[in-house]
Order: sequence, then structure tokens, then C-alpha cells
Amino acid sequence: MESTILNKTDDKIIQIESPILNIDKLSVSYGGDKYSIMDVSAGIQKNKITAIMGPSGCGKSTLLRAINRMHELYPDTHHKGSITLAGENIYKINPIELRRKIGMVFQRPNPFPTMSIYDNVIAAYKLNGIKLKKSEKDEIVERSLREVGLWDETKDALHKKGTFLSGGQQQRLCIARALAYKPEVILLDEPTSALDPIATAKIEDLLVNLKKNYTIILVTHNMGQAARISDHSMFMYLGELVEYGKTKKMFTTPKDERTEAYLTGKFG
Amino acid sequence: MNTINSISNQKLRWRVFNDKLFSIVMMTLAFISAVPLISILYQLIKKGYKQVRLSFFIEVAPDTMEAMMAKVNHEIIPGGIANGIVGTLIIVGMASLIAIPLGLTTGIYLSESSKNKMANIVRFVVDMLQGVPSIVLGVIAYIWVVKPITSGFSALAGSVALSIMMLPSIIRSTEETLKMIPPTLKEAALSLGVPYYKTVLKVLLPTGMSGISTGIILGISRIAGETAPLMLTALGSSAINLDITQPSSAIPLLVWEFYNDPNLVNLIWGASLILLLIIFLLNIVAKAISKKWKVQY
Amino acid sequence: MKSEKLFQYFLKLGGIIVLMVAIGILVTLIIGSIPTFKEFGFGFIFSSNWNPTEGRESYGALPFIIGTIVTSILALVLTFPFALSIALFLGEYFKKGRISSLLKTMIDLLAGIPSVVYGLWGFYTIRPIIVELGLNAQGFGIFTSAFVLAIMIIPYASSISAEVINMVPSQLKEAAYSLGATRFEVVKHVIIPNAGSGIFAGFILAFGRAIGETMAVTMLIGNSNNIPTNLFDIGNTMASLIANQFGEAEGLKYTSLVAMGLLLFVITGILNLIGKMVMRKFTA
Repeated sequence: MESTILNKTDDKIIQIESPILNIDKLSVSYGGDKYSIMDVSAGIQKNKITAIMGPSGCGKSTLLRAINRMHELYPDTHHKGSITLAGENIYKINPIELRRKIGMVFQRPNPFPTMSIYDNVIAAYKLNGIKLKKSEKDEIVERSLREVGLWDETKDALHKKGTFLSGGQQQRLCIARALAYKPEVILLDEPTSALDPIATAKIEDLLVNLKKNYTIILVTHNMGQAARISDHSMFMYLGELVEYGKTKKMFTTPKDERTEAYLTGKFG
Repeated sequence: MNTINSISNQKLRWRVFNDKLFSIVMMTLAFISAVPLISILYQLIKKGYKQVRLSFFIEVAPDTMEAMMAKVNHEIIPGGIANGIVGTLIIVGMASLIAIPLGLTTGIYLSESSKNKMANIVRFVVDMLQGVPSIVLGVIAYIWVVKPITSGFSALAGSVALSIMMLPSIIRSTEETLKMIPPTLKEAALSLGVPYYKTVLKVLLPTGMSGISTGIILGISRIAGETAPLMLTALGSSAINLDITQPSSAIPLLVWEFYNDPNLVNLIWGASLILLLIIFLLNIVAKAISKKWKVQY
Repeated sequence: MKSEKLFQYFLKLGGIIVLMVAIGILVTLIIGSIPTFKEFGFGFIFSSNWNPTEGRESYGALPFIIGTIVTSILALVLTFPFALSIALFLGEYFKKGRISSLLKTMIDLLAGIPSVVYGLWGFYTIRPIIVELGLNAQGFGIFTSAFVLAIMIIPYASSISAEVINMVPSQLKEAAYSLGATRFEVVKHVIIPNAGSGIFAGFILAFGRAIGETMAVTMLIGNSNNIPTNLFDIGNTMASLIANQFGEAEGLKYTSLVAMGLLLFVITGILNLIGKMVMRKFTA
């Protein structure tokens, strides 16, 4: 471990000019002295797709969850270092506030089974106790569903339960749910790992379209996916951010031998 | 968006406050439920511990005259609950003798025939039996045993009522425990040429022993404190009675009798304390078994 | 091979005996109550006159049916906030750890206390408080019984609810948190709606328990044969009437008490089945 840390030179981690998110020497532990990620520093560029890759257990999900403080749902977690969102330290913002600025989409589609498609989309408002007029709600639902290309498929079934949709549609519904509150950043934790290739392709197209308006951070197990849609890529290994750069560059000329080993399928 | 954000900022404090308030109220309510428990235990121990002497275990309950004399002379009420202890042992023991074999076979039957029509009917019936009030079982045992068989109140009738009461928990725990045993274990035994019945008796039952015995002990602890069905069946007796066709006492019945007799009423605390200790002990044993002998699959 | 078959028949025999017992209970109660239903018809259920005086004998179950239902519903209402809090505590807020095992142990102990001991506690501890508060001169009655019943059924209502609350998928809770919900909002909008039917089942089962409870109620309700006029009035329940009067009963009074047992059996049976059915749908 010692030697790899010494080897880490700045050119393996690109510097982002005026990043929307800035992760500074972040370490996260789920209890005790064992850290799931160690000393991660990186800036995230606005309106880009940043992919986080790495073998299972490398800490990529932990890093993602630290960005909207979801890791704090487990007792005994603690962290060192900081993350700033548009210059503001997120650990000083109430997590409830923070999570509305940073939306999240999960591995498995998880629409609320007790709510209709309509209610799922406006769930953030409902959960946060914000009262809206019917017309405002309608507008948000239509806008969000159009953003994820689900409007035409569901406009006649808005009051049916979201769980009747196909897996891919459910996942797009979950993205719509995350978009409804107009977050600045969207975190996606392997959003297509439970989907078939066609549904996956639709989601990938959707994400590329969405980056006009949002900053997207995507954890993926699938290198092809990272190569297809991301602008920047991070490679993590054993809790360490090994390499971070422009996706095209990193896939063609990786600077660290561990990145190269991963990209050529030697592990993971 | 700005309007929504400013509204939500105002609301944020309120929401966080609500959240805190809710968890405090919830925790308080949860732990208030402990107050009755503490109050009951305190009362029983404070008023009952003085009565618990050796004689309390080996002497039968006093009659009301004896107790009255003692009271008049400011002496401790003599006697104990030996008739109740013996009666409880006999009635509960006999109930177990009836319920355990029947419960085990039925439990094994259910676990071995998961999607069988007959088994589903039996499951349905077991669910229903579980909710039958104990007093109704007292009525049943009265009609089935007191009238035709023992032609009078009897320990046997009490046992029949209690055995029906403990059946569902034995059947359920047996079924659930056996179902949790991985099928590979059974297949391994069968592949060795071990006949089916031996596989069940020598492999599955011993593997599930801790879960099953936990269920049985909890079943026993559930019936040990039952009073109502015994009022209609065993009735009570002032002497130690080993003949199961005769009326018999039991600790909960004694508590009820003491409660109704102004001269004996002071004895309720000691008797209740013993009863409660027996039940808690059974619970502790059941827990210890399920913890210690937990088989790792 | 023969022993094989024999063994399977033997196992099946167990199931058949249990089935026969259950059918036997129902049939016995029906046969036992025929004279009552012949004499009074459905008037037995709807009449409020319970009079064992010879020559003017009349048996109507209505006061006891009402007494039972009022007492049990009141107990359920009283138990609700406590049982739900315990369920949330154990199923969501503190799933593990010392504090939750302490609470679990306490619930187990509450469940283990015999009915007759609850009755003593109600008589010597709660009744004087009721008198002190001036709610009722003697301290007996519907409210006193319901109060003690409420504590008795806490373990039943809370343990099942805790289980179903624990089963709410964590991915749904995470989704709600990721949208900025507070824990209370997650409880309100995700946990309760998703576990609702299971919680309902738990309370239905607890309700069945309350209806069949005998000893504590017998000791506290005041044993009056009239329809209670308010929540602090004395009354009687079906179970406690049987306990009080079965011993010396003969003739029509006896068959009417058996008929009361039949009613109890049917009501608690139906409640229990509803509860279990909802539960099964929930776990499936």
C-alpha cells in the first residue's frame, strides 16, 4: 500500500476548473478504524457524466453515498475530509436539505409500491410535506415524465401503481422521481444492473440527454457503459481513487497499471 | 423554484423538530409499557417474598378457619401451596403427554407435505385453534371429559383443555423448524440409502431439536398460568390429589381461591410470585436452548 | 417399503386427529347449544334479558356481546399508541443492540404474566386509582378491565407489527431518504403504508385475544347482567360470564352458556383467520 500511495502523482487525477462538487480528502468508515474509502480527492464538473468504476468492494458505492450523506443511515459511520456543493460544505447542510439538491437512483428500480405513478413522481413533495395545487402537480408530473421519455407510455395510466411497469420503465420512473425536485446533481448507483440490454440502452440515451440540465455521477460495474456515456471516469481500487481523467483518455492510455489491469479485464 | 426553496427553508426547522419530537414520543411510549411490568413485579415481590418459606412448598393450603385464627392471633397464616404445585405438575405434565406426541407428528406431517390439500386444511385448523379462548376449551373439556368419563371434575379434564391449548404452538414450531432445515441434509441421508422414516427420526428431528423444544417449553409456559379452563374442569382441591380422575388444585386455581376468601387473601402474593417465577424460568430455559443449541446449517 | 408407507400414514393420522379435535369442538358446541337456540331462536343473540329465576327463565346474550365488544375495542384503542411505538422501536429505530433486547425481554415478560395475576394487579393497583380519580365509585367496570386488557395484549399487537415493519424493504426507505425525507416522514409515508396490512393483522389478532380473555376481566368488570351505559359502567363479557356461572349451571342456563361459548369460538375464530390471512398475503 505504501508504495502505491507514493506513486500517486497528480497527473493521474485531473484537476477540474470550478467544480460543482469538490471532494476533499474524504475517508468514510462504517465503524471502527477500517475505512471503506480513504483520502479521496476529486472535483466533479458541472453538466457532465462522471462514471465511477472499480471491482466490487472498491468503495465506489460508498463514495457515491457519501455525496448525499446516505451512508449516515447506518449507525456507527464516520468520515474525515469534506465535500462542497457549489462551495458549501455538505456536512454543514442538513441532510434533508442536501438530499433534495442531490437526487439518487438505485441499483434496483424501487418505486413506492403503495403509490401510483403520479404520486411516485411527486413523492419528494409529498414526503417533504409541500402542498401544491393540482395544476402545479400535473405540470411537474408531465415535465418529469417527459424528461425521462415515459410520458407517452404512461399518460393514460398515471393513477395505476408504479409497480405494474416493466423493469426499465420502473427505473425511468425512479429517475423522474429524482428529477421532479430539480436537483443539481443526480447520483446513480449501477442503475442498469438489473435491466435487460434494450432497457439499458434507453436509460443510457436518457442520461446523455439529461446532462444538459443536470450533473450526473454514475457508479457502474459495466466498463462499456462508462465508455459509451461518461465524460470523465474514476477508477477506484481498495478504497483508493487510483485514477481520474477524461474517459476517452483513460480507456485508451491509462496511467496506472491497476487501471490498465482492470480495463483489460484482469480483475473485477 | 425559488419560492419553493424559501418555503421549504421555513419548513425545514419545523420538519426537523417534528422528526425529533416523534422519536422522543415514540421512545417514551415504548418504555412506558414497562411501567405496569415493574409495578406488577414490585407488588408481587414486596408482598409475596415473606410468604415464600420452605413450608410454603411442602404444606397444603390452609382452610379458612385456620387462617382466620392465625389472623386473629396476629400470626403468619400457616400452610402453603403444595396441593397447587403438585396439581399443576400433574395437570401440565399430563397435558404435555397428550399434546407433545400429537403436536410432533402433526408438525412433521405438515413440514413434509407442504402443498398437499389435506395439509392445508390442517394448517387452517391449527391457525383457528390458536385463537380459541381458553375458557371455551374449558367448556369443551367439561363436555368431553367431566360429564362422560370422570363423571365429575377431574385433573384429567383440566389436562385435556390445556393440551388442546398448547397443541398449535407445538405444531407450528415443529413445522417451521423442520422447514428451515436445508433439503440437502435430507437428500444426503436418503442418498445413503437411509429409509425415509429413519431420516426423519434420526436426522431431521435431532437437527431441529432446539427449535422444537423451545416451542414445547413456550407452550408449557403458556398453559402453566391458565386459570379459567381449570375452573370448569379440575375445579380445585384442598388436598394433594394424585388420582387424575378426581378434582385437583393448581397454583393459578389457588390464587383464584385465595383471592375470593377474605381470610386467605394475603396468600395470593406468595402463590402468584411462585407461579410467575415458574413461568419466567420456563421462558429463560426456552431462550437458552434456542441460543445455545442453535444448529448452524 | 411397508414401514415407509406405515410411517407416512402415521404422520397423517396426527393431522387427522387435530382436524377431528377442531371439528369436534365446533360440533360439540353446536349440539350443546341446540336447546337454547330452539327455545329462544336468534332472540338469544338479540335479547338483553339474562334471568335465571325459575319459571321466568330467559337468556339473552346481548349485554355480554356488547360488554365484550366495547371492552375489547377500548382495550385496542388504549393499546394502539403503545404497541405501535414498540413496534417502530424494535422494527425500525433500534433493530439491534442492548436497548432493544431490553425492551424485547420486557415484552416477553409481559406476555408471560398469567391472566389471574393481571387481575390481581388490576384489583389492587388500578382499581384504587380509578376510585381516586372519581371515575367510578367502586373502581370496577368496562374501563378498568379494558385498561388491564390493553396491557395484556401489547405483546401480541407489537410483536407482529414489529416483524412486518422490519420487513419493509430498505431500498424503499432509502429511496425516500434520498428524496430528502426525515425519518418521521419515512415512517409516515413509506413504512406505515407498506406495513399497514401487516400491522392491521397484528391488531386483529390482539383484538381476538382481548375478546377471549377471561380471568382479569372477571376480576375487574363488575359482573353485571345489564347493558353498560357508559365506559365507566360495570358490565360483563361473554368469557367472564361463562367463568362465573358455568359451575352451577343446569338446563337452559347450561346450554345458553355453551351457546355463549359457541359465539366466542366463532367470533375469535373469524378474527384469527382474517388476521392470519392478511399476514400470509403480506409475507408471501
